[in-house]
Amino acid sequence: MDEERIGVANITVPAPRDMSPAEVELLDRLRAGDEPAFADIVDRWSRSMLSVARGHVSTDASAQEVVQDTWLAVIRGLDGFQGRSSLKTWVFRILVNTAKTRGVREDRTVPMSSLSIEIDDDGPTVDPSRFRGPDDQYPGGWAPHGVPQRWDTDPERAAQNHEVRTLVSAILDELPERQRSVVVLRDVEGCDSDEVCTVLALSAANQRVLLHRGRARVRAALEDYYHRTDA
Amino acid sequence: MTTERGLRVHCEEVVELITDYLEGRLDEETRLDVEAHLELCDPCVVYIEQMRDTIATLGHVPLETLSDDAKATLLDAFRSRTV
Repeated sequence: MDEERIGVANITVPAPRDMSPAEVELLDRLRAGDEPAFADIVDRWSRSMLSVARGHVSTDASAQEVVQDTWLAVIRGLDGFQGRSSLKTWVFRILVNTAKTRGVREDRTVPMSSLSIEIDDDGPTVDPSRFRGPDDQYPGGWAPHGVPQRWDTDPERAAQNHEVRTLVSAILDELPERQRSVVVLRDVEGCDSDEVCTVLALSAANQRVLLHRGRARVRAALEDYYHRTDA
Repeated sequence: MTTERGLRVHCEEVVELITDYLEGRLDEETRLDVEAHLELCDPCVVYIEQMRDTIATLGHVPLETLSDDAKATLLDAFRSRTV
């Protein structure tokens, strides 16, 4: 029942679980050589692809090459793509593999760089000094100086601000690679958690931890910035 | 009753539960604790709004994209695939 016949060879394969009708149509158009359809996904996905790639390699130029190589591999692989995942998942998996391979190669020429990768997998995401201590009447509550202040800003408009854009890029650069990949795929690209787990080979629980820690760091950076600009 | 429930979790814990809360992955008991806490605690509401704003900002920030040259190269490659 969940099967369909595809391709010239009439091979019966399980119906792609994750391909929506829109994606099946997109894939058909790409296979038929529809240039606007290809240009459109290149435009839509390349920003996140660059950012994920940048977490693995040592320069912006390398990241550009990784993304280019990924798209070239996608072009070559289109006819063989079996639709066992969504098209986007497939493209981002190629990206991650390409970026990892490139990163490993670069590590050989940039000694010690792997030692500088920051491990940040537990501990509080908000500075403990912002909360009341164990002897306080309300232990673990916000201390008066630690209370978060409302941001009077529209996030969509703020994102267009040059300083905010620079800030977000910089903080993404500072995140450990896996946090960066998860945050970019979820929040910049808008993938759902299943897609991210497949692309990055993570468990659902692990994905949430990385997302939490990454988002908290971006939040803290934005908080700092809004504080400074308010003052 | 609600007050009592809202005091079962501290602010310091709530900020660490927020992603699981937003993802709908808290167990029922903890979710009710967090929601009761948010009824009582404005600063935690502000914190969760900041997290939502952070997510929205990330969703709209125009990060660097491929160079025009690279895009042109890719379109050429795509075109020659079907020739």
